[in-house]
Amino acid sequence: MLPLSRGTGTVALELPGARGRLRRGLWSDALRRLLANRLAVFGLAVIALMSFIAVFAGLLAPHDPTFQDYGAVFEAPGQNHPLGTDNLGRDTFSRLLFGARTSLTVGIFAQVILVSIGLPLGAVAGFFGGKVDNSLMRFVDIIYAFPDLLLIILLRSIFGGSIFMIFVAIGLVEWTGLARLTRGQVLNLKGQDYVLAARAMGARWHEMLARHLVPNGISPIIVAMVFGIPRAIFAEAALSYIGIGVQPPTPSGGTMGPEGYQAILAFPHLILSPALAIGVTTLAFTFLGDGLRDALDPRGYR
Amino acid sequence: MFVLRRVLWLGPVLLSVSFITFVLMHLVPGGPWDSDKTLPPAVIENLNRRYGLDQPYWQQYLSFLARALQGDLGLSFIRQNQTVSEILLQGLPVTASLAVLALVLALVTGLTLGVVAAFRQNTWVDYLCVAFATLGASTPSFVLGILLVLTLALGLKVVPTSGWGQPQHLVLPALTLTALPAAYIARITRSSMLDVIHQDYVRTARAKGLAEQVVILRHVLRNALIPVLTVAGPIGAHLAAGSFVIETLFAVPGVGRLFVQSVLARDYGLIMGATLFYTVIISLANLAVDILYAVVDPRIRY
Repeated sequence: MLPLSRGTGTVALELPGARGRLRRGLWSDALRRLLANRLAVFGLAVIALMSFIAVFAGLLAPHDPTFQDYGAVFEAPGQNHPLGTDNLGRDTFSRLLFGARTSLTVGIFAQVILVSIGLPLGAVAGFFGGKVDNSLMRFVDIIYAFPDLLLIILLRSIFGGSIFMIFVAIGLVEWTGLARLTRGQVLNLKGQDYVLAARAMGARWHEMLARHLVPNGISPIIVAMVFGIPRAIFAEAALSYIGIGVQPPTPSGGTMGPEGYQAILAFPHLILSPALAIGVTTLAFTFLGDGLRDALDPRGYR
Repeated sequence: MFVLRRVLWLGPVLLSVSFITFVLMHLVPGGPWDSDKTLPPAVIENLNRRYGLDQPYWQQYLSFLARALQGDLGLSFIRQNQTVSEILLQGLPVTASLAVLALVLALVTGLTLGVVAAFRQNTWVDYLCVAFATLGASTPSFVLGILLVLTLALGLKVVPTSGWGQPQHLVLPALTLTALPAAYIARITRSSMLDVIHQDYVRTARAKGLAEQVVILRHVLRNALIPVLTVAGPIGAHLAAGSFVIETLFAVPGVGRLFVQSVLARDYGLIMGATLFYTVIISLANLAVDILYAVVDPRIRY
């Protein structure tokens, strides 16, 4: 494979010894490229900030996010309430901070569940091929043929109200894409000459896995995971928006939406703030995902 | 041969989907007769007999299958005296008109942006297109919908906020629905165009003196559109399934809302009917894409 075959974009093939004899690994190389990408760094910074907020929401929030102060309904943004209060007199800013916790938790844990189903299934299908592959992929086809939000709603109604079950439901439905991706990667790598060569030289399977299969096959999967996080956040927000996601007093971008929508004309900030918060979060993950894709694939160009 | 196999494969898929849906649906706690006022036991018994709920599960499932094979999806449990087919056929034109409009808009804007961006790579035109694509891909639909309501409907007052029946009611839901696929198509088109522009056969075509339009139309576009086709299928299927969120936000009486309502109301008949109906549509959309592939790219043989 010729890494220099295409004309434009960043060519990441560096001649050894050109700049001192720096020994660079795959990951440090990728990290360097990632940090050189301003948008990706911006995305990382936003995600870091969001994670900080999500973890320390309890300390940062000026008020209890579920405390209803009927003496201060629909208050304008001011000293006491930086973003005002909603129709029940709850502090919008505090609800926003706790909403970030909900969104990030769902986004990340849905990915964890999705990956722990999709990755092994896809890898097994690709690795063993034949009948195993065929039956596993037919199963994937069936799950894929489902209208996915309907399946999530059904699972959600079975599992009941806890927030933990939202990401279980999302993960149980959305793993098929990752399974297909992993299978494709494994199939592709299995046929590569260097894998064959390694096997011919008597490499043991765990060596092949560690030296060849994982480093060469993992990048698209990491990128897919990063892009998957905002999708799970969307899904949670959409579910909450319909009324079957996070249960009402708990703040999330989705529950704050319809609460604010009732008063959209008089108090647009009530709906704009959660909308923008979700928008910025998903944008950050998109930037990071784009950056990671470019960083992890030296042949790619934008 | 391939097409025939795919169509035949639809049988087992539908069977599995209907079975999984049936099991999940009955696992959901509560039933269709739960309401605010409790019904007398005698009434519930009568209702159960009328809808066949007094029979064992396996018998209910088999009789559903037998009827569905003859094209009869049965009665809705909640909307008295309406069959599932009638309800679906009422929602279908609504969702379909939105879906077609959104798909056309998404293809037109997405392709235009992608092609223009690729030909003006690394200029401000390109950056603008990429910025649009990134923003569009990372804004949740309900966030965008809310922003559009605030600006177009409440601010400029050019379109109504919600409703259905007149052409102006299409504007907001169609725009909201278009953004994500348009952004996605723009990204794919751009990267695929960049890929093709630098291929040797394009250089050859120019070198042998072909007119620029011919090069672009016959050599660049035709090859660059293949990856776009890959995503157009799932996008079309996705749009055809209707969007719960958008239909709820804009009070559009489409099938997306029917899905949610059917699960929330435990309308067993409608859940089964709607799921099967949409599995067929999604599968056929994917099949259509696979056939189109072979038409566009003669290298692909099934």
